[in-house]
Amino acid sequence: MAKAAVKRVALLLATLLLVTLLAYAAFSVIPGDPTHTILGLDATEEQIAALRKELGLDLPVWQRYVNWLTDFLHGDLGKSYKFNMPVADLLAPRVQATLTLTAVSFALIVVISIPLGIVAARFRGGFVDRAITVLTQVTMSIPNFIMGIGVMFLFALVLHIFQPTYVSPEAGLAAHLWFMFFPALAVALPKSAMAVRLLRGAILGELDKDYVRTAYSKGNATGAVLRRHVLRNAMIPVVTFLAMTIADIVAASIVVEQVFTIPGLGQMLITCIGKRDYAVVQAIVVILAVVVVGCNFLADALYRVMDPRIDGR
Amino acid sequence: MLDIRDLSVVFTDRKEPFTAVEKFNLQMDAGEVVGVVGESGSGKSMTAHALMGIIRNPRAHITGQALFEGVDLLSLSPRQLREYQGDELSIIFQEPMTSLNPTMRVGRQVEEALRIHGRLSPAERKARALETMALAGLPDPEAVWNAWPHELSGGMRQRAMIAAALVLRPQLLIADEPTTALDVTIQMQILETLKDINRKEGVAILFISHDLAVVRALCSRVVVMKEGRIVESGPVDEVFRHPREDYTKLLISSRPTRTKLKGGASRD
Ligand SMILES: Nc1ncnc2c1ncn2[C@@H]1O[C@H](COP(=O)(O)OP(=O)(O)O)[C@@H](O)[C@H]1O
Ligand SMILES: [Mg+2]
Repeated sequence: MAKAAVKRVALLLATLLLVTLLAYAAFSVIPGDPTHTILGLDATEEQIAALRKELGLDLPVWQRYVNWLTDFLHGDLGKSYKFNMPVADLLAPRVQATLTLTAVSFALIVVISIPLGIVAARFRGGFVDRAITVLTQVTMSIPNFIMGIGVMFLFALVLHIFQPTYVSPEAGLAAHLWFMFFPALAVALPKSAMAVRLLRGAILGELDKDYVRTAYSKGNATGAVLRRHVLRNAMIPVVTFLAMTIADIVAASIVVEQVFTIPGLGQMLITCIGKRDYAVVQAIVVILAVVVVGCNFLADALYRVMDPRIDGR
Repeated sequence: MLDIRDLSVVFTDRKEPFTAVEKFNLQMDAGEVVGVVGESGSGKSMTAHALMGIIRNPRAHITGQALFEGVDLLSLSPRQLREYQGDELSIIFQEPMTSLNPTMRVGRQVEEALRIHGRLSPAERKARALETMALAGLPDPEAVWNAWPHELSGGMRQRAMIAAALVLRPQLLIADEPTTALDVTIQMQILETLKDINRKEGVAILFISHDLAVVRALCSRVVVMKEGRIVESGPVDEVFRHPREDYTKLLISSRPTRTKLKGGASRD
């Protein structure tokens, strides 16, 4: 068990290293020289050479990678040419905004899909089940962008429940989270629909199993059979699904940020790609990759805890 | 103790209504061990499940009476029936591999009926469960308590099922082909354990099998089922030696089961 855990952590670290390598390599092969962007097209050869030296662009690629990674691990994410400030300072509030959106979205998916999946399975074929089926069918096929516009239109313009201007955490955590609830809803609804259907199917599948018959034979009521026996088994495929969707949730968050004009990583990514501000782009890619890889690692650990049949492999 | 009258189970979930059990009648005294034999599909399990109240298919129509200590189990509400399930009445199944919940530790499954019928503190429950696990022939109850089902062999899982079924010392244990999925030596040991439990605890056993020789090793009386109906019944030795139906002869395996069991020879 312990040996297997060490192996998985080693694999995690190797994955992260590979991610940084790919992120770095990708932006080293893109044509275009940031010196032109910074100095303009009419810069002299000397000016360009001096800047290249200052930026370390005159070193071999592998050396630049090692330097960059070493700095990165020490919290120095480089400097933004465009904003003329350290990338770390530039990105900190944006990372916070995007990760908050992602986390709230994820929490919403869990909070929406687990009760609905249970209710749909429990009252299979009834009115509520059929209503949930129709609702999930529709919701599932709506792109996050459209969902974002829909949520904005309904809750901000029609119902006036919230103001569609970004509320930063400085205005108070509660106000910030209340604002974030709505874009998170746009991210969460399509994924929740999928999770509801998956959980419903998994519960119905479990209900046909022999151990459920045993549970009833001991005098359990249906609710107790579901709660004590079926749910944990039925959640195993759902946890796998949620783990696989973490990358999707991050991607959807970046899309929905645009709709709600949240100053998050999405906006910054688009701006900095346009300006060839590669230090920023690399940092964002690495941060997002670390988040996704890290969450998958945690999900895998959770999955192992939930299913005792999977051991040290 | 038990008086089953004209128990029938009819399924209406296919094109034609299907009668899985037709007018099943059986009386059992406390502490008695009675066998039910029949070929596969003859309605043995449906009889057992109907008696236990665990047929949840809404398209199964169950009629007749099953008087347990004078109370008709078939006419009870689900809530009333739950008072009996796992307490006065319990059941073990043919498939020890799948009858336990794979994501719950064995100990918790053994003590579950105690928890549901809520009479004891956690410590008392555990003590009672460990004691019952020993009774069911589990060699190291403390170790098995913390095990997951997949860590146990088929025979051990069936013993865990037996312990879970007996933890409240029911009056009646229904054993639905408990050894069919196990190999022959394990089968013998489990039959021996059931016999011991009957002797020591006075638990009546309704023992279901497709093999009359196995039934003979354990039971005093037997009913023979075919296509949902009882075609023959009587003291097991008599049915074994002078079967009235050719069908019954086919249910006697060539395995010399009974000679391997203690006490089996005395009936000859
Ligand atoms: N849901 C159902 N609908 C129709 N027939 C069923 C259903 N479930 C079981 N049966 C039938 O009931 C008969 C009796 O089954 P069972 O009691 O399990 O037999 P066994 O004697 O092998 O335990 C079988 O022929 C089976 O096909
Ligand atoms: Mg059967």
